[in-house]
Amino acid sequence: MENVLNPLIGGLLIGLSSSLLLGGIGRIAGISGILGSSLAKFHVDNLWKYYFLFGLILGGFFMYVVYPQMFHYKISFSESKLIIAGLLVGYGTRLGSGCTSGHGVCGVARMAKRSFVATLTFILFGILTVAVQGALS
Amino acid sequence: MIGHMISLGAGVIFAIGLSLSGMINPDKVIGFLDIFGNWDYALVFVMAGAVIFNFFSFRFLRSRKPICSHSHFWPTKMEVDKNLFIGSALFGIGWGLAGICPGPAIVNLVTLEPKAFVFVLSLVMGMFLFKVTQKLWE
Repeated sequence: MENVLNPLIGGLLIGLSSSLLLGGIGRIAGISGILGSSLAKFHVDNLWKYYFLFGLILGGFFMYVVYPQMFHYKISFSESKLIIAGLLVGYGTRLGSGCTSGHGVCGVARMAKRSFVATLTFILFGILTVAVQGALS
Repeated sequence: MIGHMISLGAGVIFAIGLSLSGMINPDKVIGFLDIFGNWDYALVFVMAGAVIFNFFSFRFLRSRKPICSHSHFWPTKMEVDKNLFIGSALFGIGWGLAGICPGPAIVNLVTLEPKAFVFVLSLVMGMFLFKVTQKLWE
């Protein structure tokens, strides 16, 4: 039996975090949007985004120290594959106005039609990509 | 200032959730997407936990003013258009290739693994590319 408790608690924490952001400052926790728009010139209105991104690093570092088992994996793909994947994820999430967090976690929870379409689309294309790679290898 | 601390705290909790859930591990993500192969369903529980939590809390928060803001900033676009579909499809292909989406990409930087930086730099490049080609899509 696969351990599902950690994924469940992790998911609830992701929910708690995005609810905190919405209830605290009225913002949607969409990481591609936060990252993409904070790459522009410094702006005071974007300060909350820098804080959120810094929080992501802090929280990651905290877990790396107290629960290093969660980081016991290696990114096994070649640099060229990572570059292609990174470009697609960066470009695609901006064109599609969101990623797993903004569409998948926040949008679906508020029953937004656009987010349902986006989430089904990226999961479907993710499944197809993995299937095609499996068939080719 | 309180708002910024809330934002910082939300980032910290988000990263803890991503790390604990296994979402930061590309192998787990690829396993989750591999439904025709050796499917690892564990990450279904991440999505379920987060969405169910938000489903109820967003309903509660919707009618209340945020603590540090005069209103909520809800997304304004309503219609399903081709950009939404094409963008999400491209994202899905990239996600299926490397098993890394934007949140985990950032969290992975704490490992100081060079490949984590290669991915984030490419991700940022992709976002810049979109910015310069944005007009083509309008």
